[in-house]
Amino acid sequence: MKILVAVKRVIDYNAKVRVKADNTDVDLSNTKMAINPFCEIAVEEAVRLKEAGTASEIVVASVGPKSCQEQIRAALALGADRGIQIETEDSPESLNVAKLLAKVVEEEQPELIIMGKQAIDSDNNQTGQMLAALLGMPQATFASEVSIADGKAQVTREVDGGLQTLAINLPAIVTTDLRLNEPRYAALPNIMKAKRKPLDVKTPADLGVELKQHTQLLKVTEPAERNAGILVSSVDELIEKLKNEAKVI
Amino acid sequence: MAILVIAEHDNAALKGATLNTITAAQQIGDDIHLLVAGFNCQPAADAAAKVSGVSKVLQADNTAYEHQLAENLAKLVLELGRDYSHILAPATTTGKNFMPRVAALLDVAQISDITAVETGDSFQRPIYAGNAIATVKSLDAIKVITVRGTAFEAAELNGSAEISTVDSAEDLAISQFVSEEMAESDRPELTAAKVIISGGRGMGNGENFSMLEQVADKLGAAVGASRAAVDAGFVPNDMQVGQTGKIVAPELYIAVGISGAIQHLAGMKDSKVIVAINKDEEAPIFSVADYGLVADLFDVMPELQQKL
Repeated sequence: MKILVAVKRVIDYNAKVRVKADNTDVDLSNTKMAINPFCEIAVEEAVRLKEAGTASEIVVASVGPKSCQEQIRAALALGADRGIQIETEDSPESLNVAKLLAKVVEEEQPELIIMGKQAIDSDNNQTGQMLAALLGMPQATFASEVSIADGKAQVTREVDGGLQTLAINLPAIVTTDLRLNEPRYAALPNIMKAKRKPLDVKTPADLGVELKQHTQLLKVTEPAERNAGILVSSVDELIEKLKNEAKVI
Repeated sequence: MAILVIAEHDNAALKGATLNTITAAQQIGDDIHLLVAGFNCQPAADAAAKVSGVSKVLQADNTAYEHQLAENLAKLVLELGRDYSHILAPATTTGKNFMPRVAALLDVAQISDITAVETGDSFQRPIYAGNAIATVKSLDAIKVITVRGTAFEAAELNGSAEISTVDSAEDLAISQFVSEEMAESDRPELTAAKVIISGGRGMGNGENFSMLEQVADKLGAAVGASRAAVDAGFVPNDMQVGQTGKIVAPELYIAVGISGAIQHLAGMKDSKVIVAINKDEEAPIFSVADYGLVADLFDVMPELQQKL
């Protein structure tokens, strides 16, 4: 079974987010970038399926400028076999990414596509579902457990209030939630080996996709500051404040 | 043109997030249709008809919609949705699951998780885990939107809309519901609770959460946890409050033994009143707390439980 994993280059989750002074966007200059944490979980899951003998090949794709090759190489170092970069000027809107990935899926014919449930920059939580819709494939989002058998994937999903388990026909799209697995660290020899793994570059034109603008970013602002309140010295004072000042109990 | 809102429900009752989504819809326009797609969902449709601001309830009652499977639900919404200017759903795990399919099939963007309506085509939404707020304008003819419930008041329940039946139903049969395991509790659900008491790594272990439960029962509160407490295995992950867990905004949020990592703050900083109890006075949680108590939670919790 071939697995396609899509990864996104985003701000490192430990890096501080700064809004540009002119409020046009977030300032990412000199910011540490990394593979999106949910995408990393997707790569790890694919590698585990390969180690278990379920998967035979892992192709990792990323959409963006040349810099996203770093994240493809990072995925190759974790155990993916080859990479595809789809070269775009910046990070396109989700629907455009889904259309590009749909063409990659048509070319590669994977039986399973694993993606992160959302990227920690735009927090949209939509590309996997859009890709599934464009391909007419079933989906299992927010996965915390995946097993493959008899042409189906059985996936446990993290839903509000508990867990839901679905069986979906393959080929299908699975998006990862945090507790699906804990990604390994790439070993140095694997990082070296990853540099020699094949990495193709394609353009939207190669794939026959015309990128279209659906939204316009009008401004980006800092969230409303919440001011620190007061320190109370005892439980009695706390209860008194909550009752008489805040009036919430 | 009218606005279509997709109701969140469990066939027997309407979920609270639907009411917040209706309020968001009312800020966009005034002809609002509420779709209840389910199986044996008459009680939910009847409840939907009572929501103020709803002019019509559309009821699609078929086994294909029993478990809100994304593939079937998206197909139904696609068929109905072409006649609307806006399609809204709550940004719950259900709404997040099927709505992007609707958007892709309509060849439009989805504006996810909006927290404010600026105009009929411009909306605010948090990005970077709430560390920045984007104002986004949709250029599409049909706007597909998910709504963060905690950012909007709940609509009232004194309406009387007519219910009309939608016959269209198709089970694509590419995905099947197998089972579900819902957390059983007498306490309110996290996202619906007026008071929440959450524990962090400082709780030390899962057993110590019983101290929070005792206080919660006195306050009619829900019990939550930080990601650190969940990752440490103290409590199950459905209790997690934070960017990657539940986003909550109760009237009172009590953070116990929680340091206040950015990812946790993103999930609770819109609470009306925040209380922090932590023995580390440097903990970042104090910078967002209205009332801070620097003390050992193992001394404070029994005292709090006794004095409330």
